[in-house]
Amino acid sequence: MAEVVSLYARLVRARVRSQLQYRTSFALDLVAMAGITFLDFVAVLVIFRNVPTLDGWSIGEVAFLYATSAMAFALTDMAIGHLDGLSQLVREGSFDLLLIRPRSTLFQVMTMDFQLKRLGKALQGLAVLVYALTLLDLAWTPGKIAMLVTMILAGAVIFGAVWIFVICIVFWSVEGRETANAFTYGGNYLAQFPITIYDAWLRRFLAYVVPMAFVSYMPALFILGKEDPLGLPGWLRFASPAVAVLTVLGAGAMWRHAMRHYRSAGG
Amino acid sequence: MIEAQELRKHFTVTARRGRLRRERRVVEAVRGVSFTIEPGAVVGYLGPNGAGKSTTIKMLTGILVPSAGSVTVLGMNPTTQRRQLARRIGAMFGQRVQLWWDLPLVESFELLRHIYRVPANRYAKNLSAFRDLLDLDAFLDTPVRQLSLGQRVRGELVASLLHDPEIVFLDEPTIGLDVVAKSRVREFLTQMNRERGLTVLLTTHDLSDIERVCRRLLIIDHGQVIYDGEVDQLVRRYGGECTLVVDLEERTEPLRIAGTHVAKMEGPRQWLRFDRTETTAAQIVAAVSGQARLVDLTIEEPDIEDVIRRIYARESPTPVGGGAPRLAQADPPVDA
Repeated sequence: MAEVVSLYARLVRARVRSQLQYRTSFALDLVAMAGITFLDFVAVLVIFRNVPTLDGWSIGEVAFLYATSAMAFALTDMAIGHLDGLSQLVREGSFDLLLIRPRSTLFQVMTMDFQLKRLGKALQGLAVLVYALTLLDLAWTPGKIAMLVTMILAGAVIFGAVWIFVICIVFWSVEGRETANAFTYGGNYLAQFPITIYDAWLRRFLAYVVPMAFVSYMPALFILGKEDPLGLPGWLRFASPAVAVLTVLGAGAMWRHAMRHYRSAGG
Repeated sequence: MIEAQELRKHFTVTARRGRLRRERRVVEAVRGVSFTIEPGAVVGYLGPNGAGKSTTIKMLTGILVPSAGSVTVLGMNPTTQRRQLARRIGAMFGQRVQLWWDLPLVESFELLRHIYRVPANRYAKNLSAFRDLLDLDAFLDTPVRQLSLGQRVRGELVASLLHDPEIVFLDEPTIGLDVVAKSRVREFLTQMNRERGLTVLLTTHDLSDIERVCRRLLIIDHGQVIYDGEVDQLVRRYGGECTLVVDLEERTEPLRIAGTHVAKMEGPRQWLRFDRTETTAAQIVAAVSGQARLVDLTIEEPDIEDVIRRIYARESPTPVGGGAPRLAQADPPVDA
């Protein structure tokens, strides 16, 4: 295990080193990433120009949801966003090269193109988080601080697992990428708002099928000290790490299934 | 070392027929291939495009699971023991890059060393040997994207051999290389085989790869082995038709020379086909100069497709080539 972690670090460092060769271009990319994603938050601000609260959530509270979800998604995007290119790898046949190396194919795919510039998106999320916290008057406890860190990390893992799960579609149809994007980018968008504003079916979908509710909404209820209008059990607010583990297991099983299909069908 | 028995692979291909209709066809890429390869052998695996070469190699390396038949490589089942096997085999696919595009060549080697868990002293020893054999020093620190094709192929070769594999699978290793680069690759492989006992299985379209490197030849067409034997024997038995291209001083009637026929004419240039077992180029040249004024001449060796065609025509008890369909209809067209 330790050996795999150190190999992961080595492969990521190699990618980052080559990305940092052109410092100015890298810095510009970083700023551009932050700028583009900030437009998403502008959409949130526009909503609050028209309404004082959104289903009982203040602008600070929604900004908090937005910020934590955006940071989690940015971390995932930085680490495995290049999975968007998996369909090309499969189509060109380069994916075969991964099967003749003595490592798991998922590990190799995940380490192919770590993109440090997407840290810009996380910085944008951090800026919105600071903005949210200045609007909110929260009584911080060690438990809440730990929860804030945990929810961002668990959220990143959930996003990553969902991403891997749905991108497996390209092993059946190389045009499946856009379907996969609907879940990843779409999921990120939905997670930025309180799930109570959605219809019941979509709410259940986000809670139990593609568990975006556990990226931000559920743990945020605890940190913000809010009543749950849906009356769900209180322990769900602490369930994000467990949900993250479950989604990882699901993604791993899906990947293995996809590999069996690929190797018997022949790409 | 490698044992394939009645190896088969079929793919299901779905094609659109109209807006809603889908047609499913089963393509039989490999149809019952059997062979055994002993340690230290250098085997050329030949066949026209689409004959099933790459599919066979993919089954031997564990990339693809056979539809039927069995395969054992180094005593392992490539399907179920893919990762253990990967540690002990090397592979290179001529048109695919396994090196890291943006990194200096030597850093790709470093990363592969960790991926394959090669001990530091083994790695240092191998790298220094390969640096000498393949003259890597001039471009070891150059990013892979800036390498010439010849340099990159040398890099890929090293990448596939750094972990001391016992068998190496090479798919078109010399494709696109110039003459000098080709001969360097061939010499290197010969040397690795002689000094380290490396077993080599290579596919190619280039007959001279086979002549210079391989001792044994497997020819496959339409998914079946149609020749398995020594290279020398093949040349003796099926030397094939050569072509003597003669440039005459002026346009003439087609030349009539014993043992040849004119395959093509273009102005004062004529293509004379002949069989090496019946006549020699020298005899033809002498006869030509008796009939017309010769300006220039070249000899074209038979190409691989030509030799395969000849072997196929002679060896196959039930000719499947030519008009016979290669696509077996599996299901009637279904409405999707």
